[in-house]
Amino acid sequence: MLQTNLEHIENEEQLKKLIENNKKVAFCCGRMGPMCIPVYDIFEIFQEKYPDIQFRDMDFDTPVAAIIKNLPECRGFWGLPYTIYYRNGKVVKATSSIQTAKEVKSVIDEVFA
Amino acid sequence: MQKYDVIIIGAGPAGLAAAIYTSRAVLSTLVIDESSAGGQVKTTHQVANYPGFLEPIAGHELAGNMRKQAEKYGTKFKLAVDITDLYLSDQEKWVELDDEEKFTTEFVIIATGSSPRLLNIPGEQDYKGSGVSYCATCDAEFYKDKDIFVIGGGNSAMEESVLLLQFVKSITIVHQFDNLQAEKITADKVITNPKVDILWSHEPRAFYKKENKMVVEAENLKTNKRIRLERDGIFIFVGLVPNSTFLKNVPIQLTEYGYIITGPQMETNLKGVYAVGDIRDKKHRQITMAVGDGTVAALEVIHKV
Repeated sequence: MLQTNLEHIENEEQLKKLIENNKKVAFCCGRMGPMCIPVYDIFEIFQEKYPDIQFRDMDFDTPVAAIIKNLPECRGFWGLPYTIYYRNGKVVKATSSIQTAKEVKSVIDEVFA
Repeated sequence: MQKYDVIIIGAGPAGLAAAIYTSRAVLSTLVIDESSAGGQVKTTHQVANYPGFLEPIAGHELAGNMRKQAEKYGTKFKLAVDITDLYLSDQEKWVELDDEEKFTTEFVIIATGSSPRLLNIPGEQDYKGSGVSYCATCDAEFYKDKDIFVIGGGNSAMEESVLLLQFVKSITIVHQFDNLQAEKITADKVITNPKVDILWSHEPRAFYKKENKMVVEAENLKTNKRIRLERDGIFIFVGLVPNSTFLKNVPIQLTEYGYIITGPQMETNLKGVYAVGDIRDKKHRQITMAVGDGTVAALEVIHKV
């Protein structure tokens, strides 16, 4: 169970609805580990800064995470967390392992500008 | 330009302790951090040596509580921002964030701490998360029954290796010296394990991928001869570096390693500029000491305002 202030994605239907109904979605799939917590925190801060983007998180150990693990964009990922960015329902970027605020910002500028 | 009584750069335990004190003394206090609040503590799994907690507390929880405590007393935060310009002198102090906002003050407390050291060699960034890792807790299970490298021979390298050994088939430690720097009790647990071998006096020069394997090109520091070895993954634990590069244009005294030199009251060579926590030149670095540093600097500021 993730202890963050982000809205959690807990099942496939939630994920589907989120992606279908929003143009810009970013979510972080991980655990409460040292590499993941900083990324959740950055997402929490950016929720206010980028109100047009839907920021969410997902527990890596829940069944719904299988969808993320099996994405072609996440093939070869061997580090938590995974961060996935959707634009108009399509994955436009995926990253693995810890990201700094600067790196997350740079991805947002790149894929959601 | 907005003015605050005190600006604290860095939102780890040292900065947050200072903020709690200055805010409680009704000084307008701004805390700035390029990431979120909590510093290295928020990434520590469990903290067992912070007084007042009978059971270990999760690092992120302790950090979260410190932030909430500072907020409760009126501290303002600017988090996940870039310091795009900084001017510190005896007479004048200001900071610009994200090329947008500028803040001025009479007192600055620098509490930017330190970060895990990167090797900064070719391939390190390219394979982060897909062959190169910095966290056994997070990524060990991806390497179940695999052969891996551990780079480093200090305490963190050995502690993380103990955890990795529960998952992996073998570990090859690449270490620049002829002996390990880690505490003997932990080092022994690792080096006596039959799954471990050590490449002494070698330093990695490049990482690359060959099909599904990670290749380390390592140089023998005695002979300068380079070798290439293949394993499934690489874990890097090579110590910490002070977060002081943002001070490169500031006339503040640093050690040759980049730590800030202070007096016993935490003041730097610049009047009204203090340094606290892991960024400060000192022998030991602990959360309790960071909190103590922050408290000293805050009390100095409170008495001078």
